[in-house]
Amino acid sequence: MVEGKVKPVRTILLYAFLIIMAIICIVPFYMMIINATRSNTEISQNIWLTPGDQLLINYKIIQGKVNIWKGFINSVIIAVPAVLLSAFFSTLTAYGFAKFQFKGKNLLFWFVLGTMMIPQQLGLIGFYDLCVNLRLIDSFLPLILPNIANAAMVFFIKSYIESSIPDSLIEAGLIDGASEFFIFNKIIIPLSMPSIATMSIFTFINKWNDLINPLVLLNTSTKFPMPIIVSNIRGLYEANFGAIYLGVAISVTPILIVVITFAKQLMSGLTVGAVKG
Amino acid sequence: MFNNFFKKRDNKGYLFILPYFLAMLTFQVYPIIYTFFLSLQKPINMIKSEFVGFANYQRVLTNELFYTSIGNTFFIWLMNYIPQIIFALLLGVILTNKSIKGREALRTAYFLPNLVTASSIGVLFAVLLDWRFGTLNHALVNFGIVQEPIKWLSQGLFAQGAVSFIQWWQWFGYTMIIMMAGLNAISSELYEAAHIDGASRTQAFFRITLPLLKPTILYVMVTSLIGGLQIFDIPRVLTNGRGAPDNSLLTMVLYLYNQAFKNFNLGYAAALAYVLFILILIFSALLFKAFDEKK
Repeated sequence: MVEGKVKPVRTILLYAFLIIMAIICIVPFYMMIINATRSNTEISQNIWLTPGDQLLINYKIIQGKVNIWKGFINSVIIAVPAVLLSAFFSTLTAYGFAKFQFKGKNLLFWFVLGTMMIPQQLGLIGFYDLCVNLRLIDSFLPLILPNIANAAMVFFIKSYIESSIPDSLIEAGLIDGASEFFIFNKIIIPLSMPSIATMSIFTFINKWNDLINPLVLLNTSTKFPMPIIVSNIRGLYEANFGAIYLGVAISVTPILIVVITFAKQLMSGLTVGAVKG
Repeated sequence: MFNNFFKKRDNKGYLFILPYFLAMLTFQVYPIIYTFFLSLQKPINMIKSEFVGFANYQRVLTNELFYTSIGNTFFIWLMNYIPQIIFALLLGVILTNKSIKGREALRTAYFLPNLVTASSIGVLFAVLLDWRFGTLNHALVNFGIVQEPIKWLSQGLFAQGAVSFIQWWQWFGYTMIIMMAGLNAISSELYEAAHIDGASRTQAFFRITLPLLKPTILYVMVTSLIGGLQIFDIPRVLTNGRGAPDNSLLTMVLYLYNQAFKNFNLGYAAALAYVLFILILIFSALLFKAFDEKK
């Protein structure tokens, strides 16, 4: 937009609006942290804007009924291998599509893109039945293995490889007698790292947040990841709000740290498909 | 024979994409086809099922709860989407102006709620909106805005409004970032020319910005529709899976989940999944068409 001169009153109103919107986004998290340090009685009586001294007591109440760190560890055990599989196989696929001219390439790539448009729920029931038949219910495997096929990540890394890795680099490797797999490992992966990293953060967050798949596939409460633990917390502590706030805070803090740390990278990653499409 | 085939270097590309396609066929394509197969069946006992043709689809389409869940889902989506796109456009236009200070920090703040675990957000708002213990009611009563605490989550319309608000809160920042990418792609020369011709800012917005932003708005609309019609986590957490009060938070996917994994009506739920998919297809196609005609 043209940068015109703005009048002072309008400037103040404009900034007031921007700041109020920012406060709306942050206040629920702020209240979550404050209330996690307050007792149930305090929360029931008033609003508090400064932290209290009930943090440890709330923590003990939580630990009395749920092993929240077990949920944390379960989430890590699911999300980390899922991200590694996604990252490796997406790069492999993206490289195959970006640098090899084989027959039917475009059709196959459209097929990959097509799966992005299909809502996940469409296959959920068939997937559940498949896992029942393979005796994979209550195992982490069906939550991890499907991440080999991550269409969004392939799409993102493919356009990165196309735009930033010249063919001459690969040809030079071939002339020097390097094997295809060596070229992939030593040239393609390191050079695509910026795009792999961005998409890995997204994949990690998505896996960490996933509720419906673990809900469908896991039965044993000691295997539940964080989102299930947190959604159950409300029922378990009907009348203990301090503990509920603390439980939510424990589940949300890692994500908040990741988002704030990588904010710029994440926000630029969002817009790749948007401008063209 | 294979050795010859792979001697041509380009054909080695097949090997690179093979694992992906094996996983895709096993974990995505096969379940989707198998879901369709299940949707044509009805259980006789624990082990056996019988083929019933499209009877499950007929049951879906004559079930009142199904229509309730469609209505709820669309209502919640629309109530969140309209304010979402207005705020996203407004903030996007403001923040693409380079004279605004603190743009990076503001962008991050607006984006912050987007990636946070939806089920945690659901629990957080359930306690913030609690009628006796909730921070919101304390604030409203303290400031004298209301006399009596409001029961946000036990009245249908309020509960739907709460879900729409949470969705708006989580997604307007995301939509704003997409809008900003679209806005930045519009050449500044166009605005300069309009300025020279004496056009006001409002005129420039309606004559230049909006028409050129159409593809971006379409992208946002379609992705939001596909995501919004699948809303599950927040209604489930807010109502402990029941969709209460009065089924007002029973969304399509929550209904599907309850049918499949609470009542174990797998065939019926599979039919539901396909109907949901067809609905999403139809509405996406309508959106594309509506945008095409305006050109």
